[in-house]
Amino acid sequence: MLSCLRAAGVLLVLFTLLLGLAYPLAMTGLASAAFPRQAGGSLLTDNGTVIGSALIGQAFASDGYFHPRPSASGHDAMASGGSNLGPLSKRLMERVSGHLAAQPSPLAVPADAVTASASGLDPDISPANALAQVARVAAARNLPADRVAALVADHTAGRLFGLIGEPRVNVLALNLALDKMPAN
Amino acid sequence: MSFVGWLQIAATLGLVLAAVRPLGRFMAKLFLGQRTFLHPVLSPVERGFYRAAGIDPEQEQTWFGYAMAMLIFSAMGFLSLYAILRLQGFLPLNPGALPGVAPDLAFNTAISFLTNTNWQSYSGETTMSHFSQMAGLTVHNFLSAATGIALAMAVTRAFARSGVATLGNFWVDMTRAALYVLLPLSVVVALALVAFGVPQTLSNAVDATTLEGARQTIALGPVASQEAIKQLGTNGGGFFNANSAHPFENPSALSNILAIWAMLVVSAALPITFGRMVGSERQGWALLSAMAILLILGAALVYWAEARGNPLITALGVDTGLGNMEGKEVRFGQAMSALFVAVTTGLSCGAVNTMHDSLTPLGGLVPMVLIQLGEVLPGGTGSGLYGMVVFCVLAVFVAGLMVGRTPEFLGKKIEAREIRMAVLAVLILPLVILGFTAVAAVLPAALSSLNNAGPHGFSELLYAYSSAAGNNGSAFAGLNANTPWFNTTLGIAMVLGRFAYVLPVMAMAGSLAAKPRGQASSGSLPTTTFLFVGLLVGVILILGGLQFFPALALGPIVEEVLMHTSATF
Repeated sequence: MLSCLRAAGVLLVLFTLLLGLAYPLAMTGLASAAFPRQAGGSLLTDNGTVIGSALIGQAFASDGYFHPRPSASGHDAMASGGSNLGPLSKRLMERVSGHLAAQPSPLAVPADAVTASASGLDPDISPANALAQVARVAAARNLPADRVAALVADHTAGRLFGLIGEPRVNVLALNLALDKMPAN
Repeated sequence: MSFVGWLQIAATLGLVLAAVRPLGRFMAKLFLGQRTFLHPVLSPVERGFYRAAGIDPEQEQTWFGYAMAMLIFSAMGFLSLYAILRLQGFLPLNPGALPGVAPDLAFNTAISFLTNTNWQSYSGETTMSHFSQMAGLTVHNFLSAATGIALAMAVTRAFARSGVATLGNFWVDMTRAALYVLLPLSVVVALALVAFGVPQTLSNAVDATTLEGARQTIALGPVASQEAIKQLGTNGGGFFNANSAHPFENPSALSNILAIWAMLVVSAALPITFGRMVGSERQGWALLSAMAILLILGAALVYWAEARGNPLITALGVDTGLGNMEGKEVRFGQAMSALFVAVTTGLSCGAVNTMHDSLTPLGGLVPMVLIQLGEVLPGGTGSGLYGMVVFCVLAVFVAGLMVGRTPEFLGKKIEAREIRMAVLAVLILPLVILGFTAVAAVLPAALSSLNNAGPHGFSELLYAYSSAAGNNGSAFAGLNANTPWFNTTLGIAMVLGRFAYVLPVMAMAGSLAAKPRGQASSGSLPTTTFLFVGLLVGVILILGGLQFFPALALGPIVEEVLMHTSATF
């Protein structure tokens, strides 16, 4: 019994040092040497200020920007999460109807435009969702719609080898490119 | 559903299959005490650990000694983790200046990580300091998984050996599982995850100013190192609240494939290890086939159910060509979300890249059933294998009853004591799950935690206790489980699901090890055939599944029917 207690106690301490401190700290050192950008959170900077992470969705509300998917956490990157509303939820139906009323679109509204993402921080929208917003963004910026549509096409990522991943548009990258677009 | 989607599922499972044989054989060598290619680096560390802890690696234990060592180690792990969480405010590496964790939550969390469940009543980014995540939670991610592997190896030796009283040494098996299997795999997977975009930093958060001039504070931390073992050890406890749906835990389609691979690989390789150690690799493939059949069926059903979309939302005028997107991420799509849902619950992992609460009724039924089948498809690291062995024992018993012969498995006669222990083990899950769910369903203190009304609310309760007792850890996460009632009862369910299950299994192993191992005769049922795999699948479905059917009828099944009448709650 006593030898059992000693074995348990000593192994717990040694493993805590090895797996709880040495392993994560060594990984931190290796990661920051080999992949400094990713290890730091894939941050995007503009003139020295951090404007966000390429991986983390942000709220965009004005007409001149592409909008992300609805977020149950209000795009709070300190409190991720989905709505957790079930498929027959009244609150879900009310929310979807609200989004449909607020964003009248001549095109059919794709599902991702009115449903909350799992993380509340989904950085992407579907290409159909982006195209449905082109007219609004182009009008707000006084740009020809075909130029905005071309920009969306440039920022649409496809499947790797035609197999891996889903067609998607990173909203922050697209909006950043939009701001850098010359006016005429 | 699309062809590309099916191809994505097939390719991911193919990558797992490619790794199963080499890893399974490597583990067999390791647990047979042979030298592996990692010994030159790691055996000095291993021997140092034994010397410091006063362990004689040659000294073997009976089933009782082995189980006691496991219980003492787990109890001590619980106390130390509870202390770390309570004292978090006074400990280092706490850049967010987070206070100590409340007693009921610390109890629940310590039990949860210790039992390899990783149910989380809290949200990681605002509750746990870096010290708690690293020195507390990450350590137990490794050790609970290593403990599971050790127990599985003890049960394996019960069949491999003939007429002996001992099953190996718990300290040695656990140490080897952590050092030679989980740690090297974690290092490789963690670095690959960083390359795909998972952060690994000691800073806490960074402030960003968005293009619209708003402020966004982005939580960061040593995510990749925890993420790697969270998947490899089938733990599933996320660094962030949104778990593997969070773009920092799972940034891309590639990281998603790696996450699924890492979740599956050890549990899928262990049947091969079992086969090698009992002298019939074919037996290992037979077990893995039974697991794979049910797992792939589960994934296909989720994919079909979710790709249909939600007819109620379609009726509002939304184009649901993308499927049911509530609670899903664009970058994963329906196919790889569905595969993740099935794998994380067929395994007792519990990581989620999709919010299970928002799945369509049948899509949500599948993960619940996969947990209730006993977490053997292919189950948690180690726990899946010994669970499957229990089902094998029951399957040969059922076959023996049908043809009127003494059942035997791998040359060991299965007699009254083994069957009693096996049945005792498989009765734990329905007892705990249905018992607690029934009480919670009439208790106002429990019902006030529900996020959804109607049958879906009942599903939230049923899922929570299934997940806890099955040591899974995923949730219909709308349920507010951070209350004294849920923290306490779910904690008890986790303890029973782990320890009340494994003790009879170890007793069964002890009595099997003592029996002589006979030669298979023309009268014994061959256990490596398609016939046996079919029998095994049948026993799992009937014994594991049927007892939950009435409860499922009140939850997801009636919800599916109501969905077609456009009812809302």
